[in-house]
Amino acid sequence: MDSEDINLPIAEYVEAGVDWVQTNLTGLLDGISAAIGFIVDNLEDFLLWLPDWLLAVVVVAIGFWRVNWRFAIFAAVAMFLVFGMNLWEETVSTLALVLASSIVALAIGVPVGIAMARRDVVEMIVRPILDFMQTMPPFVYLIPAAIFFGLGKVPGTIATVVFAMPPAVRLTNLGIRQVSKEQVEAGLAFGCTARQLLYKVQLPLAMPSIMAGVNQTIMLSLSMVVIASMIGAGGLGNTVLTGIQRLNVGLGFEGGLGVVLLAILLDRLTQSFGQSRKGRK
Amino acid sequence: MAEDKIVLENLYKIFGPNPDDAFELLEKGHSKDEIFEKTGTTVGVRDATCTIKQGEIFVVMGLSGSGKSTLVRMLNRLIEPTRGRVLVDGDDVTAMDRKDLINLRRHDMAMVFQSFALMPHKTVLDNAGFGLEVAGIEKSKRDERSMKALEQVGLKANAESFPSELSGGMQQRVGLARALAMDPSILLMDEAFSALDPLIRTEMQDELLALQEQSQRTVVFISHDLDEAMRIGDRIAIMEGGAIVQVGTPEEIVTNPANDYVKSFFYGVDVSQVFNAGDIADRKQVTVVERPGVSVRAAFERLREHSREIAIVTDKSRKYLGMVSAETLTDQIKGGGEPKYSEAFLKEVEAVQSDMSLSDVLSRVAASRYPVPVVDSEGRYVGAITKTALLQTLDKAG
Ligand SMILES: Nc1ncnc2c1ncn2[C@@H]1O[C@H](COP(=O)(O)OP(=O)(O)OP(=O)(O)O)[C@@H](O)[C@H]1O
Ligand SMILES: [Mg+2]
Repeated sequence: MDSEDINLPIAEYVEAGVDWVQTNLTGLLDGISAAIGFIVDNLEDFLLWLPDWLLAVVVVAIGFWRVNWRFAIFAAVAMFLVFGMNLWEETVSTLALVLASSIVALAIGVPVGIAMARRDVVEMIVRPILDFMQTMPPFVYLIPAAIFFGLGKVPGTIATVVFAMPPAVRLTNLGIRQVSKEQVEAGLAFGCTARQLLYKVQLPLAMPSIMAGVNQTIMLSLSMVVIASMIGAGGLGNTVLTGIQRLNVGLGFEGGLGVVLLAILLDRLTQSFGQSRKGRK
Repeated sequence: MAEDKIVLENLYKIFGPNPDDAFELLEKGHSKDEIFEKTGTTVGVRDATCTIKQGEIFVVMGLSGSGKSTLVRMLNRLIEPTRGRVLVDGDDVTAMDRKDLINLRRHDMAMVFQSFALMPHKTVLDNAGFGLEVAGIEKSKRDERSMKALEQVGLKANAESFPSELSGGMQQRVGLARALAMDPSILLMDEAFSALDPLIRTEMQDELLALQEQSQRTVVFISHDLDEAMRIGDRIAIMEGGAIVQVGTPEEIVTNPANDYVKSFFYGVDVSQVFNAGDIADRKQVTVVERPGVSVRAAFERLREHSREIAIVTDKSRKYLGMVSAETLTDQIKGGGEPKYSEAFLKEVEAVQSDMSLSDVLSRVAASRYPVPVVDSEGRYVGAITKTALLQTLDKAG
C-alpha cells in the first residue's frame, strides 16, 4: 500500500483547533498570561532588587540551619563562582522562573493529587493524562506554549509548569493512598469530619511523599527552564544556548556549571525541608 | 442484672456490588464460600443478634475471616451495615445522620487498634489528645485530660516523646490513653494486644482489668486467642463464617460448646486455668448443721442412712466448720463424755477458696483421701471437689 493512498489530515485538524482556541478563548489566554506574567516578573524583580550579598547570606544561612556547615561553605563557594563568572543576574533570573513555575505547578498539582486520592474516578481520568505528559519529550511543550502565548518568560513558565507538575500530582496521590487503613480508621473512629481527616491525618502522614514530589517538581522545573530559553525565557539557559550557537565551548560550560550549582543548591535545600521535624529534634 | 448497653439485631454485612443476590442465596441456606463463588460477594457478617451488657468485657472470638473486625466496625459504622440494627443505650446507630454519628464517635465510643495507629508526627501527649483535638477542645483543657489518661496507663513521663521512641507495649498504652482521654462509655478493641509479645500482652490484659475495676466501661474486645478471651472476658461470643454461633460465659462455653467448631478452640487449652474451684465443686456430700441440743449421733445416723463415709459440718449461716468421717464420729461417741464435732474433724482436710484456679487445687485434690471442701470468700460452704469430678472436667478438654 502506498502511503499516498491514505491521507489523514491530522495537521489540518490541529491547526483548526488552535485557530478556534485563539479566536474564542482569547480572554482566557490573556488572563492566564497576565497572571503568570505577574508572578514571574514580580518574583524576578524582587530577587534582583535584593542586594546580591544579602541573597547570598540568606542562602548560606538557610543551608547552615537546615543542612550543615559543610553545605553552607559549599553554598558560599558556589555563589562566589557564579558571581565570578558574571552570571549572577542570569542565575537569579533562572531561579525566579524555577520558583514561579514550581509555585504554580504545586498550586495545581497538589490539589489534583488530593482529589485523585479521594476519588477513584478522578484517578482513572488523571492517570493516563499524567502518563501522556511524562512520555512527551520536554521541548514538545514549547510549541503549543509559543503558539498560544508567544515568546518570552510567560510561555516558558507555562511549558515548565506543564512539564514539572506530574510528580507533584502522583506523589501527593500516592502519599495519601499509602496512609494505613487503620490510621484512617482511627481518625474516623475518633470523630473526624472528612475535612479533619484530610488535614489532621492524611496530609500530615503523606507529607514525606508530598515533599519528595515538591523536590522533583523543582528539579524538573530547573531542567525545563533551561530548555525554555529556546522560546526566549532567558536566564542561564540563554547562556548555554548562546554558547552552542556560537560554538563557544567556554561560555557553554560556564552556563552549564551555573545550572549544575543551582541544581545542587535547590535539591539539598528542598530535601532538607522534606525531612520531618521529628527526625531533626 | 446490668442493663443492655449495646444491642445487635439481625445485623448483616455483605461486601460487594449486589447484596440482594447474596441475601437470596443466604435464605436458601447456601454457605459463605458458595455465595462467593456464585456472586463474587463476600458475606462478612450474617444475622448477628446479641446483647452486650453495661460494664462487661464482651469478647468476640473466631478464626481469621470469621467477621470479628467487620462486626465491631459496624458498631461505630466504620463499616456500614447492609441490614439490621445496632442500638446503643436504646438509640439506633444505624439510623443516625453524619452529625449524630460523629457525636457518638466523639463521646460514647472510642477504639483501640491492633497496629496502634498512632500519628508519628505527634508527641505522645498530642496523640493521647487526638480525639479531644478533633472534638475542638481547647489546648490547655485537652492537655490536662490527656495527661490524666497517660497517667492511668503509666506513661506520664513519656508525654513529650514521639511514638517511634517507644516500645510496642508502650505505644499501645498510648493507643489506650487516646481512647481513655475521651472518657467513653464504650471501648472497642480490635485485637488490641495481638501485636504484643506474650509477657507484655498479659501485662496489658491485667491493666485493662484494673482499669475496669476503677470505672465500669463496656468493652467489646476482639481476639482470636482463647486464653486471652477466657482471661478477660465476662462473656464470649464465638463467630464462625460471619455468624455468631454461641454467646456465654467462659465456663458455659467450655462446658457446653454449641458445636464442633466451638469445641475445636479448646484443644490444647489448659482447662485448669479456665475453671475455678467453685466451678466444679458439687453439693453431693452430706451436710450437717451444728446446733446446740442436737446430738452428734444424729450425724452418725445420717451417714449410715446414706451409706456415706464423710459429712460436712456447717453452722447455721452455712459457714464451713469442718469435715467428719464415720470413723472419727464413732471414736467420739465411744470415747465417753459429751461428743463434740470439733473433736471429730478430720485434721488433714482443709477447705479451699472457690475462686482459686483449678490448677492450684489440682494437687490437693489428687493427694487427699477425701473430697476437698470449697468455701466462698465469707467462709460459707460452696461444695466439694471429688477426684472423679476433677478427672471428668480435665477430660472435657479432649
Ligand atoms: N472491605 C472489604 N471488602 C470485601 N471483603 C471484605 C472487606 N473487609 C472484610 N472482608 C471479608 O469479610 C470477611 C470478614 O472479615 P473480617 O476482617 O471481619 O474478619 P476477622 O474475623 O476480623 O479476621 P482476622 O482475624 O483476620 O482479622 C472476610 O472474608 C474478609 O475477606
Ligand atoms: Mg480482624
